[in-house]
Amino acid sequence: MMVLIVIMLSVVGLAGTAVVLTGEPQRQALMLSAFGVASGLLFMVLQAPDVALSEIGVGTAIVPLMVMLAVRKTERRN
Amino acid sequence: MRTVVFLAGAAGVVVLAVVAALHIPGFGSTFHPYRTAAVEASVKHVAANVVSSVNFDQRGLDTLGEESILLASILGAAILLRPAKDETEKRPLSAGRVLESTRMLGYLMMPITLVIGLDVIAHGHVTPGGGFQGGVVVGTGIHLLYVAGSYPALEKARPLRAVEWGEAIGAGAFASLGVAALVASGAFLSNVIGTGSFGQLLSAGTVPLLNGAVGIEVASGTAVLLGAFLKQAIMVKGPDDSR
Repeated sequence: MMVLIVIMLSVVGLAGTAVVLTGEPQRQALMLSAFGVASGLLFMVLQAPDVALSEIGVGTAIVPLMVMLAVRKTERRN
Repeated sequence: MRTVVFLAGAAGVVVLAVVAALHIPGFGSTFHPYRTAAVEASVKHVAANVVSSVNFDQRGLDTLGEESILLASILGAAILLRPAKDETEKRPLSAGRVLESTRMLGYLMMPITLVIGLDVIAHGHVTPGGGFQGGVVVGTGIHLLYVAGSYPALEKARPLRAVEWGEAIGAGAFASLGVAALVASGAFLSNVIGTGSFGQLLSAGTVPLLNGAVGIEVASGTAVLLGAFLKQAIMVKGPDDSR
């Protein structure tokens, strides 16, 4: 179990770094979605399925979708 | 002067954090006084999912606060996203091109997603999940209709006016259940009705009812929020939009 926790913590750390290092907002939204899946799996490994479900719903679907739509709207202005 | 106040405060936080951290039980140890208390209280009210019992029974008032925060933030976002004076709503002429495979996947996944979402809401007191998680799944899942390529179909399936009402009704139902419990037992949001048998659909007293209210609110709220964003991105045209 401990090994899984360490692996998932590292994956979440890497995914978070990747989100920060991605410059372009649209790509960043996709990376954020991947980060959401990773943290959902981390919560799963830490035996918190309720939180994992919330994180996957909000972190991988709603927030990246909102970012994508906002980017699409603002890009049309330029 | 401000720096001195900040440094004093920061030093205090550091000292307290270190003192507190020294007494934290080790990671993965079996000493969990709160867990033990929460599980006991949950078993007493026949709620198989202890997390739901904590959220909707033992600390229902916290959840009412969270629901109100959600309601207020969605309201704020909807107000900010409404078309401004110099913007006009214009229906896009073509539906755009969607790959056949994407369209099929959208139509295939939408009913499955909606059923999963409803299941997560309905069994929130028995298995992991609940009104919030299931509501997010339902509120997002309906938008697969748009992924499948039909914005007009999405507009028909979730009329914005109706989901706005749904959000208010869900939030109102939660508060009303709390007031009803206050009248019946003298305590706001107390678990007053029969608790049923362990692990069954009819168990845990008011927890499934409150889960349902939250499910309606969150599903509608998500639809309101994503609907407002979609409308801005697809239909609303401002004076300096190029396309």
